[in-house]
Amino acid sequence: MSPVGTGVPRADGPAKVTGDALYVDDIRPTGCLYGATVRSPRAHGKILGLERDPNFDWNGITVVTAEDIPHQNVVFLMTEDQPALADGLVRHVEEPVALVAAETRDRALAAAKHIRVILEDLPALLDAEIAENHEIKIYGDDNVFKRITIDKGGQVENGIVIEGEYRVQHQEQLYIEPQGMISVPREDGGLTLLGSMQCPFYIVKALAPMLGHKRMNVVQATTGGGFGGKEEYPSMLAAHAALLTLKTGKPVKMIYRRDEDLRATTKRHPSVIKIRSVVGEDGTLLQWDASIIMDGGAYNTLTPVVLSRAILHLTGPYRCANQHLSGVAVATHTPPNGAFRGFGAPQAMFAVERHMDRIARHLDMDPVAIRQHNLVVDGDISVTGQVLTDTGAQVVLDQALEAAEAAVRTPHKHPGGGIGRYARGRGVALVFHGCGFTGNGEAAIKGKVGLELEGRCVRILTASTDIGQGVETTFPQIAAAELGISVDRVSNAPHDTANVPDSGPTVASRTCMVVGGVLQEAAKKLRSALQAETGLDTNDFDDLLMARTNTIPLRVQAEYVDSGKFIWDNDTYQGDAYPAYGWSCSIVDLDVDLDTGEVLYRRFVSATDVGKAINPVIVEGQIEGGSIQALGYATYEEVVLDDQGRMINDRLTNYIIPTTLDSPEMITRIVEIPYTGGPFGAKGIGEIPMDGPAPAVAQAIEQATGVVLDILPMTPERVLAGLEIST
Amino acid sequence: MHTSNAPVWTANTIDEALRLRAEHPDATIIAGGTDLMVFVEGGAVQLIEVLNIWGCEGMSGIEANEKGIRIGALTTWAEIARHPSMPDALRECANTVGAAQIQNRGTVGGNIVNASPAGDSLPLWLALDAEMEVASIRGSRRIKASDFWVGYRKTALEADELLLAIHIQTDVRDRLYYRKVGTRMAQAISKVMLGGRLRIENGIVTEARVALGSVAATPIRLMTVESSLIGKAIDSAAADLVAQEITPIDDIRSTAEYRTSVATRIIRSWLESEAGQQ
Amino acid sequence: MIQFTVNGQPISVEARPMTRLIDVLREELRLTGTKEGCGEGECGACTVIIDGIPVNSCLIPIVQAQNTVITTVEGIAVDDNLDPIQKAFVDFGAAQCGICTPGFIVTAKALLDNNPKPTRREIREALAGNLCRCTGYQKIVDAVVQGMGSD
Repeated sequence: MSPVGTGVPRADGPAKVTGDALYVDDIRPTGCLYGATVRSPRAHGKILGLERDPNFDWNGITVVTAEDIPHQNVVFLMTEDQPALADGLVRHVEEPVALVAAETRDRALAAAKHIRVILEDLPALLDAEIAENHEIKIYGDDNVFKRITIDKGGQVENGIVIEGEYRVQHQEQLYIEPQGMISVPREDGGLTLLGSMQCPFYIVKALAPMLGHKRMNVVQATTGGGFGGKEEYPSMLAAHAALLTLKTGKPVKMIYRRDEDLRATTKRHPSVIKIRSVVGEDGTLLQWDASIIMDGGAYNTLTPVVLSRAILHLTGPYRCANQHLSGVAVATHTPPNGAFRGFGAPQAMFAVERHMDRIARHLDMDPVAIRQHNLVVDGDISVTGQVLTDTGAQVVLDQALEAAEAAVRTPHKHPGGGIGRYARGRGVALVFHGCGFTGNGEAAIKGKVGLELEGRCVRILTASTDIGQGVETTFPQIAAAELGISVDRVSNAPHDTANVPDSGPTVASRTCMVVGGVLQEAAKKLRSALQAETGLDTNDFDDLLMARTNTIPLRVQAEYVDSGKFIWDNDTYQGDAYPAYGWSCSIVDLDVDLDTGEVLYRRFVSATDVGKAINPVIVEGQIEGGSIQALGYATYEEVVLDDQGRMINDRLTNYIIPTTLDSPEMITRIVEIPYTGGPFGAKGIGEIPMDGPAPAVAQAIEQATGVVLDILPMTPERVLAGLEIST
Repeated sequence: MHTSNAPVWTANTIDEALRLRAEHPDATIIAGGTDLMVFVEGGAVQLIEVLNIWGCEGMSGIEANEKGIRIGALTTWAEIARHPSMPDALRECANTVGAAQIQNRGTVGGNIVNASPAGDSLPLWLALDAEMEVASIRGSRRIKASDFWVGYRKTALEADELLLAIHIQTDVRDRLYYRKVGTRMAQAISKVMLGGRLRIENGIVTEARVALGSVAATPIRLMTVESSLIGKAIDSAAADLVAQEITPIDDIRSTAEYRTSVATRIIRSWLESEAGQQ
Repeated sequence: MIQFTVNGQPISVEARPMTRLIDVLREELRLTGTKEGCGEGECGACTVIIDGIPVNSCLIPIVQAQNTVITTVEGIAVDDNLDPIQKAFVDFGAAQCGICTPGFIVTAKALLDNNPKPTRREIREALAGNLCRCTGYQKIVDAVVQGMGSD
């Protein structure tokens, strides 16, 4: 039986259930110092100096400031705007200003507390909606990180005009393992950076301008969740650990406490979306104009790309001849926002789906019927001019509706002994998600995968890290299936940039679909190499091995080859935005407590197109976990900022995520519409579960109570305020 | 990781605990530690010295007899939740404190003495007319729940006193209710808690206790609501008076408006439910 | 000197009495399977069993560990044989990133030791003090159901 398509137990499972797996904080190099960060107390200010408390014992404490940076003061990502340590000016609260190292964690934390950043306050701009061209300048001369417009068709004269505005908030990734990094000096004067991360090669690129060299290797420790939060931020932490190592000559470990992690690291971009639609009396979309303002925070990070994906999802999976999309991502004096599962799409999909509900309400149509009436089918043309094929909107809608006919299985318990009144509702949301990088991204990166034959076993060399999504298992499945051997003979090599090629970052739901495809090619190459070496033309891997006359390790490498089938113009935003799309329908059943406005989830159904489930158990885990994260986005998760833009609910008691008792029973239907460019037909699956649940919840609350919420999160306070008005 | 240098005195018996308390009035007391350790780690509490009473003999466990129920201060919420003599409302309350690990370690006495406005159980003790058994080397006394919380995180305990136990009475004529509102179904920090008790004789309310938490600096009884209930059949219109009696605040967790509205609504639902059962 | 038993081994440690148990386990005893996710008893990643009861080791000063019997995640498997709960977590995909997994395993082990046949509702109640951001919990509940085996 092929290892592909079966729920092979996770390769990393045994080490994780016994506590043997080593995460960054479990590793303690000999002579290791501990680092801590001194941060800006204000949103915007001129740094006048640093004051060390004279009463503190500074013995054995090393302090690093911007002056200690050997070359450029920059943590390079897309641009060079973000410094490793603020120099002269702070642009957001909690911005790193200085670093300390000490022999114990206690001492390092204490020392950081005893350094005061003396600032001259400057006026802060915190409101994204007024940031563009504001007199307070943060980025460039207009505070705009990126602007995108896409137009298709023209203006419609006749029809019913329906307009709406939708607002979405910050969301914290809340990986359960806080950020952490260890820097170790190497004998050659270089550095080893070992930590919790998604993208080892990002760190090499980010640190090279600061260090003035690339004598470093980056190693991923077992990583306790990422969700995008460990895409770019670990570069900052690596820069800091490296600076402390440079100054002390010793290994330095930096582990964020939860409160620091919450206050200082990237979040999902808050956004305001406006949609103006023109529809026919039967609900046909005639024109669809949508605009988005996205808050990037104080530095560019990945914001332009997040905006790009948001805009490309602002049509929803719906057909419309005349579409006009525009968006702007602006700078504010708040901690930079960054990558988070979904990457702009959840913001867009919430607005789109709520707007579809608005149209249905206006026309007195059923919310499912309006979607059914407008959903895209094969041959429809997207806003960028892409001819859509293998569309799955209809099939996931049908599958989800069918699955949702089953009775709710788990008995439901209302608090307070069940006293009180509840209203029951159901919501349905239909979404799509572009798989992999937008446009030419892959062609630019040319991801590489190596394969190494060692005896009877094969090792996979990639920079694609396992952050919980299962690549330590699915990659061996893909290679084993291609080679026709059992999966236990294939494993991933440690993700150390010294030993693995750059497969591109572990982001954008691209790992299985794109890197997995390159891996499949590498497996074919390995077989060809063996055939060439042995002179046999059999495909039987073991026969080839038997025929080998030596035991010399064999290594092959494959690289992403652009198929030439997809054409994209990044200047005009015209062409094939994504090589494939995933489709998903979310159906949520819930009760609204009419006394408290609290939402109790009863059951969640997802029918999601994954192309091909390499490992159905892992795919279900991705869908279920992403869906619960999205239910958190819908009703629980809110980042509360003070007048300096500082997150004040910086604890797990007050930034709340769903527990077992808040999470519903789930039915997960895997739909497989294969993508020919993916390994065995696989598409990206990591992000799409994040898109549909929040709008489905909004619709369910509306159905249950009549309360219309076009803002996230739909907290009990907001639901109850709606109930107070309507009753 | 904020390792404190503070010396720790451990008491194994009540006598020892009272003596150590008298000798070390500045000592911070630790029982289950579920609140204190959070404060210490977060830097909110600087320990000078610590009196450890966890495991102190004679301070935990539940005794129930015809005279009433005595709950040792070190009784954990898990023990309350499992105990057959506990009123359902108290069990419901115990089940909403944190989650399992916290219920296994957190003590009833800790919740009471901490005197947090968001202390889950506090309104229920008011509703129950509980009595706090406190002692020092000078002797012991009882303090009524309604006299116990005197200000924000302040209790009526003297510097040398310890809470030993809580005494409650149950009565077949009583209808007891507890409701915690905290958004999540587990590990929630309360936005509003309600503890209520109605004594019904011949269809008439003869005693009423309606107490709320998280709406003021201390848990409070709603005297006007209570008096409007007495002397007649249960009338949920009493809930209309709730908003006049409380002035909650906006904070990081919720809004004054929400707290007032929810308090009114859950009290009304409770009264309607009780009226419906008559 | 504070004495207790960890995973069957008698231990004596010299530590400041208010040192957190988690720090002694991780830093002194190098039992790093116990994880710290929040430091305030919310996430449950640091759960250990003390005298049969699951508790958060980040909230326990070492002085309160005196004369106790402690089981950490390293003590769940017997002689390299995974406990049925651990095996079920692997088979059901209940461990994804794995950082919360030790806490879930330990809490589930304590649950089944005390209540061998819990309902799904009881399992969810027992695990409500353990946060997971990867799985959505369903596979964890399924794994615990599997882990209790069938008679």
